[in-house]
Amino acid sequence: MNRIRIRYFAELRDAAGVDEELAETDALGPAELYTELKTRHGFTLEPAALRVAVNDRFAAMDARLEDGDTVVFIPPVNGG
Amino acid sequence: MSILFALSTDPIDAAALVAAVPCSRDGAVVSFAGVVRDHNDGLAVSALSYTAYEELARSEGETIVAEAIERFDVGDIRCVHRIGDLAVGDVAVVVAVAAAHRGPAFDACRYVIDEVKRRVPIWKKERAATGAGDDTERWVYPPEAQP
Repeated sequence: MNRIRIRYFAELRDAAGVDEELAETDALGPAELYTELKTRHGFTLEPAALRVAVNDRFAAMDARLEDGDTVVFIPPVNGG
Repeated sequence: MSILFALSTDPIDAAALVAAVPCSRDGAVVSFAGVVRDHNDGLAVSALSYTAYEELARSEGETIVAEAIERFDVGDIRCVHRIGDLAVGDVAVVVAVAAAHRGPAFDACRYVIDEVKRRVPIWKKERAATGAGDDTERWVYPPEAQP
Protein backbone atom coordinates (compact mmCIF):
# COMPACT_ATOMS: atom_id res chain seq x y z
CA MET A 1 0.00 0.00 0.00
CA ASN A 2 1.27 3.46 -0.88
CA ARG A 3 0.03 6.66 0.68
CA ILE A 4 -0.55 9.10 -2.18
CA ARG A 5 -1.61 12.74 -1.96
CA ILE A 6 -3.97 13.73 -4.77
CA ARG A 7 -4.64 17.38 -5.58
CA TYR A 8 -7.70 18.31 -7.61
CA PHE A 9 -8.31 21.19 -9.98
CA ALA A 10 -11.09 22.49 -12.18
CA GLU A 11 -13.76 19.97 -13.11
CA LEU A 12 -12.18 17.26 -10.94
CA ARG A 13 -12.10 19.62 -7.94
CA ASP A 14 -15.81 20.32 -8.38
CA ALA A 15 -16.66 16.62 -8.62
CA ALA A 16 -14.44 15.54 -5.73
CA GLY A 17 -15.60 18.41 -3.52
CA VAL A 18 -12.13 18.85 -2.02
CA ASP A 19 -8.85 20.49 -3.01
CA GLU A 20 -6.91 17.39 -2.09
CA GLU A 21 -7.08 14.04 -0.37
CA LEU A 22 -4.80 11.30 0.90
CA ALA A 23 -5.33 7.83 -0.48
CA GLU A 24 -3.98 4.49 0.61
CA THR A 25 -3.76 2.54 -2.59
CA ASP A 26 -2.30 -0.52 -4.26
CA ALA A 27 -2.41 1.25 -7.61
CA LEU A 28 0.95 0.83 -9.35
CA GLY A 29 0.57 3.93 -11.48
CA PRO A 30 -1.58 6.98 -12.13
CA ALA A 31 -3.84 5.16 -14.60
CA GLU A 32 -4.89 2.58 -12.00
CA LEU A 33 -5.18 5.27 -9.35
CA TYR A 34 -7.49 7.31 -11.57
CA THR A 35 -9.69 4.28 -12.13
CA GLU A 36 -10.15 4.00 -8.35
CA LEU A 37 -10.83 7.71 -7.89
CA LYS A 38 -13.15 7.88 -10.89
CA THR A 39 -15.32 5.22 -9.31
CA ARG A 40 -15.18 6.82 -5.88
CA HIS A 41 -16.03 10.36 -6.99
CA GLY A 42 -18.02 9.73 -10.15
CA PHE A 43 -15.63 11.63 -12.41
CA THR A 44 -16.87 11.82 -15.99
CA LEU A 45 -13.52 12.68 -17.61
CA GLU A 46 -11.98 9.65 -19.31
CA PRO A 47 -8.28 8.87 -18.67
CA ALA A 48 -7.47 9.52 -22.32
CA ALA A 49 -8.50 13.15 -21.84
CA LEU A 50 -6.11 13.70 -18.94
CA ARG A 51 -2.46 14.36 -18.39
CA VAL A 52 -0.86 13.64 -15.05
CA ALA A 53 1.79 15.25 -12.86
CA VAL A 54 3.69 13.46 -10.11
CA ASN A 55 5.54 15.62 -7.59
CA ASP A 56 4.89 18.73 -9.68
CA ARG A 57 6.36 17.32 -12.89
CA PHE A 58 4.52 15.92 -15.90
CA ALA A 59 4.59 12.13 -15.82
CA ALA A 60 3.31 9.19 -17.82
CA MET A 61 0.07 7.50 -16.88
CA ASP A 62 2.06 4.29 -16.40
CA ALA A 63 4.74 5.85 -14.21
CA ARG A 64 5.56 3.93 -11.04
CA LEU A 65 4.10 5.57 -7.92
CA GLU A 66 6.11 5.72 -4.70
CA ASP A 67 4.88 6.13 -1.14
CA GLY A 68 4.41 9.82 -0.36
CA ASP A 69 4.04 10.96 -3.99
CA THR A 70 1.73 13.85 -4.88
CA VAL A 71 -0.39 13.22 -7.97
CA VAL A 72 -2.43 15.70 -10.00
CA PHE A 73 -4.72 14.62 -12.82
CA ILE A 74 -4.85 17.44 -15.34
CA PRO A 75 -8.09 18.05 -17.29
CA PRO A 76 -7.73 19.60 -20.77
CA VAL A 77 -6.03 22.94 -20.23
CA ASN A 78 -7.42 26.18 -21.57
CA GLY A 79 -5.16 29.05 -20.64
CA GLY A 80 -4.08 31.85 -22.93
CA MET B 1 17.76 35.57 -12.55
CA SER B 2 14.77 37.16 -14.25
CA ILE B 3 11.41 35.44 -14.22
CA LEU B 4 10.42 34.60 -17.78
CA PHE B 5 6.86 33.49 -17.01
CA ALA B 6 4.68 34.72 -14.17
CA LEU B 7 1.13 34.32 -12.89
CA SER B 8 -0.62 37.47 -11.72
CA THR B 9 -3.77 38.10 -9.74
CA ASP B 10 -3.53 41.80 -10.60
CA PRO B 11 -4.15 43.45 -14.00
CA ILE B 12 -1.15 42.94 -16.28
CA ASP B 13 1.02 45.97 -17.00
CA ALA B 14 1.64 45.23 -20.67
CA ALA B 15 3.45 48.52 -21.24
CA ALA B 16 5.95 47.65 -18.51
CA LEU B 17 6.65 44.26 -20.10
CA VAL B 18 7.14 45.81 -23.53
CA ALA B 19 9.51 48.38 -22.00
CA ALA B 20 11.41 45.72 -20.05
CA VAL B 21 12.33 43.30 -22.85
CA PRO B 22 14.51 45.25 -25.29
CA CYS B 23 18.17 46.12 -24.93
CA SER B 24 20.18 48.36 -27.24
CA ARG B 25 20.87 45.52 -29.70
CA ASP B 26 17.16 44.99 -30.37
CA GLY B 27 15.44 46.58 -33.34
CA ALA B 28 12.10 44.88 -32.86
CA VAL B 29 9.68 44.44 -29.99
CA VAL B 30 6.61 42.31 -30.60
CA SER B 31 3.82 41.76 -28.12
CA PHE B 32 0.63 39.74 -27.93
CA ALA B 33 -2.29 40.32 -25.58
CA GLY B 34 -5.07 37.74 -25.07
CA VAL B 35 -8.28 39.55 -24.21
CA VAL B 36 -11.52 38.22 -22.74
CA ARG B 37 -14.16 38.17 -25.49
CA ASP B 38 -17.88 38.63 -25.07
CA HIS B 39 -18.82 35.47 -26.98
CA ASN B 40 -17.75 31.88 -27.04
CA ASP B 41 -19.46 28.89 -28.68
CA GLY B 42 -22.38 31.08 -29.66
CA LEU B 43 -23.12 32.13 -26.06
CA ALA B 44 -22.77 35.63 -24.60
CA VAL B 45 -19.99 35.56 -22.02
CA SER B 46 -20.33 37.89 -19.06
CA ALA B 47 -17.28 36.90 -17.02
CA LEU B 48 -14.69 34.22 -16.62
CA SER B 49 -12.12 32.97 -14.16
CA TYR B 50 -8.79 31.28 -14.62
CA THR B 51 -7.44 28.80 -12.10
CA ALA B 52 -3.97 27.30 -12.19
CA TYR B 53 -2.00 24.41 -10.81
CA GLU B 54 0.46 27.07 -9.88
CA GLU B 55 3.65 25.15 -9.24
CA LEU B 56 3.50 23.33 -12.56
CA ALA B 57 2.11 26.33 -14.45
CA ARG B 58 5.10 28.41 -13.42
CA SER B 59 7.67 25.77 -14.24
CA GLU B 60 6.09 24.79 -17.56
CA GLY B 61 5.61 28.43 -18.55
CA GLU B 62 9.26 29.11 -17.72
CA THR B 63 10.27 26.07 -19.79
CA ILE B 64 8.26 27.30 -22.78
CA VAL B 65 9.76 30.78 -22.73
CA ALA B 66 13.26 29.33 -22.32
CA GLU B 67 12.58 27.08 -25.35
CA ALA B 68 11.61 30.10 -27.42
CA ILE B 69 14.75 32.01 -26.42
CA GLU B 70 16.80 28.97 -27.40
CA ARG B 71 15.04 28.24 -30.72
CA PHE B 72 14.59 31.72 -32.16
CA ASP B 73 17.14 34.45 -32.75
CA VAL B 74 15.71 36.69 -30.05
CA GLY B 75 16.80 38.56 -26.96
CA ASP B 76 14.50 38.73 -23.98
CA ILE B 77 10.98 37.30 -23.69
CA ARG B 78 8.48 37.79 -20.89
CA CYS B 79 5.05 36.26 -20.43
CA VAL B 80 2.49 36.98 -17.73
CA HIS B 81 -0.82 35.10 -17.36
CA ARG B 82 -3.65 36.41 -15.23
CA ILE B 83 -5.43 34.12 -12.76
CA GLY B 84 -8.63 34.84 -10.84
CA ASP B 85 -11.81 36.58 -12.00
CA LEU B 86 -11.81 38.58 -15.23
CA ALA B 87 -14.40 40.65 -17.05
CA VAL B 88 -14.98 41.07 -20.79
CA GLY B 89 -12.23 43.28 -22.13
CA ASP B 90 -9.68 42.33 -19.48
CA VAL B 91 -6.25 41.18 -20.64
CA ALA B 92 -5.73 37.52 -19.73
CA VAL B 93 -2.18 37.02 -20.99
CA VAL B 94 0.68 39.09 -22.41
CA VAL B 95 3.76 37.91 -24.30
CA ALA B 96 6.52 40.45 -25.08
CA VAL B 97 9.52 39.59 -27.27
CA ALA B 98 12.58 41.65 -28.18
CA ALA B 99 14.91 40.73 -31.03
CA ALA B 100 17.37 42.32 -33.40
CA HIS B 101 14.88 41.72 -36.25
CA ARG B 102 11.13 41.41 -36.51
CA GLY B 103 10.90 37.99 -38.20
CA PRO B 104 12.22 35.98 -35.25
CA ALA B 105 10.34 38.26 -32.83
CA PHE B 106 6.99 37.46 -34.47
CA ASP B 107 7.84 33.75 -34.71
CA ALA B 108 8.90 33.50 -31.07
CA CYS B 109 5.83 35.39 -29.88
CA ARG B 110 3.55 33.01 -31.81
CA TYR B 111 5.43 30.01 -30.44
CA VAL B 112 5.10 31.15 -26.81
CA ILE B 113 1.37 31.83 -26.90
CA ASP B 114 0.64 28.65 -28.85
CA GLU B 115 2.63 26.50 -26.42
CA VAL B 116 1.24 28.25 -23.33
CA LYS B 117 -2.27 27.50 -24.54
CA ARG B 118 -1.38 23.91 -25.28
CA ARG B 119 0.72 22.95 -22.24
CA VAL B 120 0.36 25.17 -19.19
CA PRO B 121 -2.04 23.83 -16.50
CA ILE B 122 -4.45 26.74 -16.41
CA TRP B 123 -8.23 26.24 -16.71
CA LYS B 124 -10.97 28.62 -17.72
CA LYS B 125 -14.44 28.76 -16.19
CA GLU B 126 -16.93 30.87 -18.06
CA ARG B 127 -20.13 32.56 -16.97
CA ALA B 128 -22.40 32.74 -19.99
CA ALA B 129 -26.04 33.41 -20.79
CA THR B 130 -27.93 30.19 -21.50
CA GLY B 131 -30.57 31.93 -23.57
CA ALA B 132 -33.25 30.95 -21.06
CA GLY B 133 -32.81 34.20 -19.16
CA ASP B 134 -30.16 33.03 -16.69
CA ASP B 135 -26.40 32.48 -16.55
CA THR B 136 -24.50 29.26 -16.04
CA GLU B 137 -20.91 28.64 -15.14
CA ARG B 138 -19.04 25.92 -16.97
CA TRP B 139 -15.48 24.77 -17.46
CA VAL B 140 -14.57 25.56 -21.03
CA TYR B 141 -12.26 23.29 -22.97
CA PRO B 142 -10.45 24.06 -26.22
CA PRO B 143 -12.30 22.73 -29.30
CA GLU B 144 -9.76 20.02 -30.10
CA ALA B 145 -9.93 18.67 -26.54
CA GLN B 146 -13.68 18.52 -25.92
CA PRO B 147 -14.02 15.54 -23.56
